[in-house]
Amino acid sequence: MRELITLRVNGERYEVAVLPHRTLLEVLREDLGLTGTKHGCELGECGACTILLDGVPVLSCLTLPLEVQDCEITTIEGLEEQGRLHPLQETFAELGAAQCGYCTPGMLLSAVALLRQNPHPTREEIKQALAGNLCRCTGYTKIYEAIEAAVERLQAGRELERQPDAALPS
Amino acid sequence: MLRLPPFRYLAPRTLSEATRLLAEEGPQAMPVAGGTDLLPNMKRRQFTPAALIGLRHLRELKGISGSPETGVRIGAGETLTSISNHPLLRAHYPALALAAGAVSTPQLRNAGTLGGNILLDTRCNYYNQTEFWRHSIGYCMKRDGSICLVAPGSPRCWAISSADTVPALVALQARVRLVSVRGEREMPIQELFRDDGMRPYTREADEILTEIWLPPAPGWRSTYLKLRRRGSFDFPILGVAVALRCEQDGQIGDARIALGAVASHPVEAEEAMARLRGQRPTPALLQEVATLAAKRARPLDNADLTITYRKQLTPVYVRRALDLLIGAEEESETE
Repeated sequence: MRELITLRVNGERYEVAVLPHRTLLEVLREDLGLTGTKHGCELGECGACTILLDGVPVLSCLTLPLEVQDCEITTIEGLEEQGRLHPLQETFAELGAAQCGYCTPGMLLSAVALLRQNPHPTREEIKQALAGNLCRCTGYTKIYEAIEAAVERLQAGRELERQPDAALPS
Repeated sequence: MLRLPPFRYLAPRTLSEATRLLAEEGPQAMPVAGGTDLLPNMKRRQFTPAALIGLRHLRELKGISGSPETGVRIGAGETLTSISNHPLLRAHYPALALAAGAVSTPQLRNAGTLGGNILLDTRCNYYNQTEFWRHSIGYCMKRDGSICLVAPGSPRCWAISSADTVPALVALQARVRLVSVRGEREMPIQELFRDDGMRPYTREADEILTEIWLPPAPGWRSTYLKLRRRGSFDFPILGVAVALRCEQDGQIGDARIALGAVASHPVEAEEAMARLRGQRPTPALLQEVATLAAKRARPLDNADLTITYRKQLTPVYVRRALDLLIGAEEESETE
C-alpha cells in the first residue's frame, strides 16, 4: 500500500505517495523528476547516486524514503544558487573534471560535503572523501585538481566577504 | 533494473516496540538499520522478507560512552563513520576504529552501523550475485539451491565471514547484548558466531543486537590490517586484528590474534596467542607466531584474488600487525 510522505529536497517540500520498497533514487528520478541523481550499479558499489542527507553523503539507491522524512535532502539540482553554479561545478566544467559526466553529480556532492567540513583539504583527504565514487573516464586527477581549484575560489570569495573594499576598482 | 522486492515497512519508536513487532511478525520479518548490506541482498533476492522493521530511529541503539578505565558501551546503531572518527576509540581501541574506517566507502560508512557490520551476511562468489546470475548457474545451497558450488562434494556452505569490525571486536574481547520479548542476554562476541556459512549467527530471529561492550583498555595496544584488491569499496579477503598487553618489563602479558575473511566465522589463532604470552618479542618469535597464526587460514576459491595469494599473505599481514604494535611499544620506551 502506498504511503503519503513528505520529503524535503533542495529546500522544497514534496508530498509523494510511495510504495515502501521504492528507493529514494527511484522516487527522486521517477516521481520528482530530479534526474540529476544518476542510477549506476544499484548495489552500493559505484557512488553515482550519492546525495546529501543533512549534509552527509549517502547512497540514494540504498535509502528508503520512508526513513528520511525528517532529513534535508540535497541533490545536484540543489547546488546552484540564484542561477549561479557552485564553484565546484564551475571548476569541474572548466578543468575537464567531467568527461562522460555520469559520475559527476555524485562526485560533486561528495566534494561539497568535504569542503563544508574541511575547507582546506590535502590531496590525500580529497582522495579519501571521494573513495566511494567511481570514475572510469578521468583517472581522477582532473577531479582532484578541480576540487583544489574550487578550494582557492571559495577562499577568495570568503576574503572578499571580509574585505568588500578590496573588490572595488582603485 | 534491480528493484527491491515488495515488503511492508514498520517504524517502531522504541526498542520494546521493535522487539514486540519482530516477535509478532515472526521470521518473515527482518530488522533493518543502515540497510547497506540488507538492501543490496534484497535486490539480488538473497533475502525476501515480508516486512522490514526499521531500527534507524531507536535512541536505545545510539551512543558511545564510558572510559578506557571502565570500558566502553557502543550502541549497535552507531554508524561506522562515528566509530572510526571517535577520539576515545581511536586512542584506546584503535583496532575497532581502524576496522570501522576500512569498511567499504564513506557513503556506506555514513549509513551502515556497527551492529549491521557485525551481523553482515556471509559472502561467496557464487552467492553475492543477481537472481538472474544465480538462476543461470543452478543456485547454491545458501539460497534456493541444494549444493555448494565452491565445494560440490561438501555437505556444508563455505560462505565467508566478511565483516571488518568482527575480528577487531574478537581481538578486543568485546561482549554483545541481544534483546527480545523473551528477555535479554549478554555474551562474549565469539558466541554470536557459528561455523556455518548458511546460518552464521546464534542470534535468534526475534532478537535485536543492541549494544557492544569493550573491556577496560589500560596496557593494551591493538591494530587491524585489511587485504583487498582496491583501497576502497572491497570487502576484506583477509582481516588481521591483533591486541597485545605489554608488561613493564617488556614481556607480552596477553595476546589476541583474530583473523577475518578466512572462514565462515572469525578465527582466533589460539596457538599463536599462547606462544606469545609471557615472552619477550624477538624477530624470530614474531615470525614463528605469524606462521602459527596463518595455519588457521584455509581459504577456498570463493572470494577475490587467488587462494595461493591469500594464503601467502596471511603470515605477512600477521607479522606486519605484530611489528606495528611491538614497534609502537619500543618507541614509547625510548621517549
